[in-house]
This record gives sequence, C-alpha cells and structure tokens, in this order.
Amino acid sequence: MSKLFSEENKAAFSNPLNLNNPIAVQVLGICSALAVTSQLKPAIVMGLSVTVITAFSNVIISLIRKSIPNRIRIIVQLVVVATLVTIVSQLLKAYVYDVSVQLSVYVGLIITNCILMGRLEAFAMQNKPWPSLLDGIGNGLGYAWVLVVVGFVRELFGFGTLFGYNVIPKFLFDCGYTNNGMMVMPAMSLIIVGCVIWAHRAYNKEEK
Amino acid sequence: MKWNTNSNVYTFVYAIVMVIIVAFLLAFVSSALKNTQEANVANDTKGQILSALRFDKKAVDVQATFAEKVQDKLFKDGELVPYEGNFLTSYGQAIKDGELHVFEATTDDGVKYVIPVTGRGLWGGLWGYIALNEDKQTVYGSYFYHESETAGLGARIGESEFQNRFQDKQVFGENDDIALTVVKAGSVKDEAHQVDGITGATLTSNGVAAMVSDGLSKYADFIGAPAQGACCGEKSDCCAEKTECENADCPERTNVEQ
Repeated sequence: MSKLFSEENKAAFSNPLNLNNPIAVQVLGICSALAVTSQLKPAIVMGLSVTVITAFSNVIISLIRKSIPNRIRIIVQLVVVATLVTIVSQLLKAYVYDVSVQLSVYVGLIITNCILMGRLEAFAMQNKPWPSLLDGIGNGLGYAWVLVVVGFVRELFGFGTLFGYNVIPKFLFDCGYTNNGMMVMPAMSLIIVGCVIWAHRAYNKEEK
Repeated sequence: MKWNTNSNVYTFVYAIVMVIIVAFLLAFVSSALKNTQEANVANDTKGQILSALRFDKKAVDVQATFAEKVQDKLFKDGELVPYEGNFLTSYGQAIKDGELHVFEATTDDGVKYVIPVTGRGLWGGLWGYIALNEDKQTVYGSYFYHESETAGLGARIGESEFQNRFQDKQVFGENDDIALTVVKAGSVKDEAHQVDGITGATLTSNGVAAMVSDGLSKYADFIGAPAQGACCGEKSDCCAEKTECENADCPERTNVEQ
C-alpha cells in the first residue's frame, strides 16, 4: 500500500492540481475552457468527462507503451482517445440520455483537448499504469477546477444564477444592479482565465 | 523473442491489427446499444411533445401519458387521418415530403393540436413543437430544442422560461398573415404576437422566429391561413427559401446575420 502511494506517485497526482496545472501553468486545453464555461453545470460535467477519459487513456497507453511503434505513436494515441470518447458518448446516449443531450457537442470536443495528447505523450509513454492513472486523474481534476472557477464567476455575474438558480437577491436589482452581459461572451472567459493564472502564479511565488 | 518495434513490417501489422480491433469494438458497442438508444430518442421526442402540451416531462410517465392523451395523425386532403407508420423522431424530412404530422391531444384544457417545426439556429439545426388551442388561433404551449447552440445563450431556447413566453400568443395578425414571431430581447411592441427574444442570442432568436413562421405557414391549410400571405411582404427572412414568392413586394434576401 505504501508503495502505491509513494512520494513520487502522490506528486504525479497533486502536481497537476497546482504547481503544474494544465491550464494555469501549461496553458493547455484553453479552447474548451472558453467554450463550455458560460454556466457552471456544463463546466462541471465537462471537467468530469475529461477526468475519466484522461485517466482511462493514460492507463491504456501505459499498458501498451512498450509495444507501440515509435513512428506511429501519435496515431495510436489518437485512436485510443477517439475510441474511448466514442464509447463514452454511446454509453451516455444509451443510459443517461438527459446528460448526453446536455453535453451535446462537448463530448466530441474532448478528442481535441490538448491535455489528453499532452499527458499521453509526456507521461503515459514512459510510466507504469498506476502512476499514469494518478497522473490522468490529477490532470483531469486540475483542468476541472479551473473550469469550475471560470464557470462560477461567469454564471454568477453574467446571469445572476448558479446551477440555474437565482442567487443575486432581488433588492440588488431594484437598486440598479444589472447582470454583466460581457460575462456571457467567450472573450470574457479568456480574461477570467488570465486572472486565474495571475492569481495562481502570484500565490505560488509566495509559497516558494 | 524481442520484436523490433521500429521495423516497417511491425508498424504496418500493428496499425492494421489496432484498426481491426477498434473497428470491431466500436461496431459491437454501437449495435449492442442501438435499441436502447433509439428507445431513448423516441421517448424523449414524446416527452418534448408533452412539454409543448404543458406537461412536465420529468414528472409524468412519458410513455403512458403519450399513449393515453396524444394521437399521431396526418393532415391529408383537408382532414386528419390516423398515422400508421413507425413513430418518427424528427420531422424535417416528413414535412418536406408533404407528410404533415399533427398530434391531436386531449388534455384537461380541451383538445389541442401539436405541430412539429424545424429550422436553423446560429450553429446548427433547431426543432420544436407548437401546441395550438382548438380554434388554432392561439398558442397553448411550445417546446424548442437545438443541436448545438451556445450554452447559456442560444441554448436557453430549450428552457421552459423561454418556451412559456409563447403561451396565449395569437398566431395571425390583422391581415391574416402569421404574425407570431420572436423579436430582439427587450423590444416587444405588440404583446399579442411578439415574443421577447434572448439577450445575447439574437441570431438564435431570429432562427426561432423564422422556424415558427415558416413551420406554421407549411400547415397553413390546417390552421386556416392564406398560404402565400404568410411568407411575402415584410418577412424577408423566410422569403429566401421560397421560390413561389415571386411578388414584387418580396424584398431581396438581406443577410440574416447581423
């Protein structure tokens, strides 16, 4: 047990959450971070789906890493990711139809997420399945928390709601408060991601 | 024996085997889940039709309620005849083929007619169901959904908050043309016919407006409006698709994008 949670393995899991965060530090996966974060719910579902798929694809690639011909390794990685995404999307359609309708195009977009290919190439190709699994979950969650922060800010100030429920009290609107239309535009999420990166780096500087 | 993973033969064989395995896997998953998925889609479509009839599709037993209250009919030669094919889950092609489905429903508020409509939004297709009261002059309820409108903006046409805005609106304007439409958010001038659009989603709102007037005009014989009047004149958006609109008062297609 102690071996499974050695310092190294813990680092594989926790680094991407903070010091080596895929969005805040490596600036990967920005495209979907812009597209799905205008509300909190799709942001969370997207974060979870990416976590599941990075974890599984990392494990699969890690299991077959020694057999993969070097020259077509990117293709092999892509095929594994695309297969997983297709299967997940089929399963969603068959067993949780509501969620699959909610996600619509986002499931397909996961294939194009740079974090996936980045982790497969950088980590799973050189490491054993167990650390790869931790790395995949860590990166997925590291991606998810940034999405949730951005989705939270955008939904709160853009619509005055969270998960679709009104949270801004009515008397504020009576006093002249209005929802910020800028927040619902994709451009604003880029600015918020920028602010998250800024805050994250400022915080980590103090730590060191 | 140690394989040479860099040799050409190995690479080719690896690629071929991988593709075959993946193809079988996907084909298996797809065929194993097909029936469940189709049942889900049919069930969801029935739920959407019930939504237009002011049922809460999450609260009622969709299958049973639909079977009990709703009849799938075709509008043919001026009257409604029972439809005897498989239940359809999308109506765009059927309408194009001149197969006009009307869902006749008996609700607690009397007889209602549900008309399927399809159109285009900003990024992809839109569809919906409009329930008319028995006199076919006022809207009882509506349901809309979309393929890929922007979450939080255009996608809000799928929320009941927007759909409820259609309730009790009148279909026809003063000149017997279809006046029911969606206007830019906050610019409703004619409460009886105009529905407030969605802030930040003008193009999707325009898509819904075009879909509604276009869709209803296809059912003009059923709801009893002059077929032509609906599409010519000020409604430049829908003129573009219509070749029969050759009147001089049909303006050139202006770019719908703003």
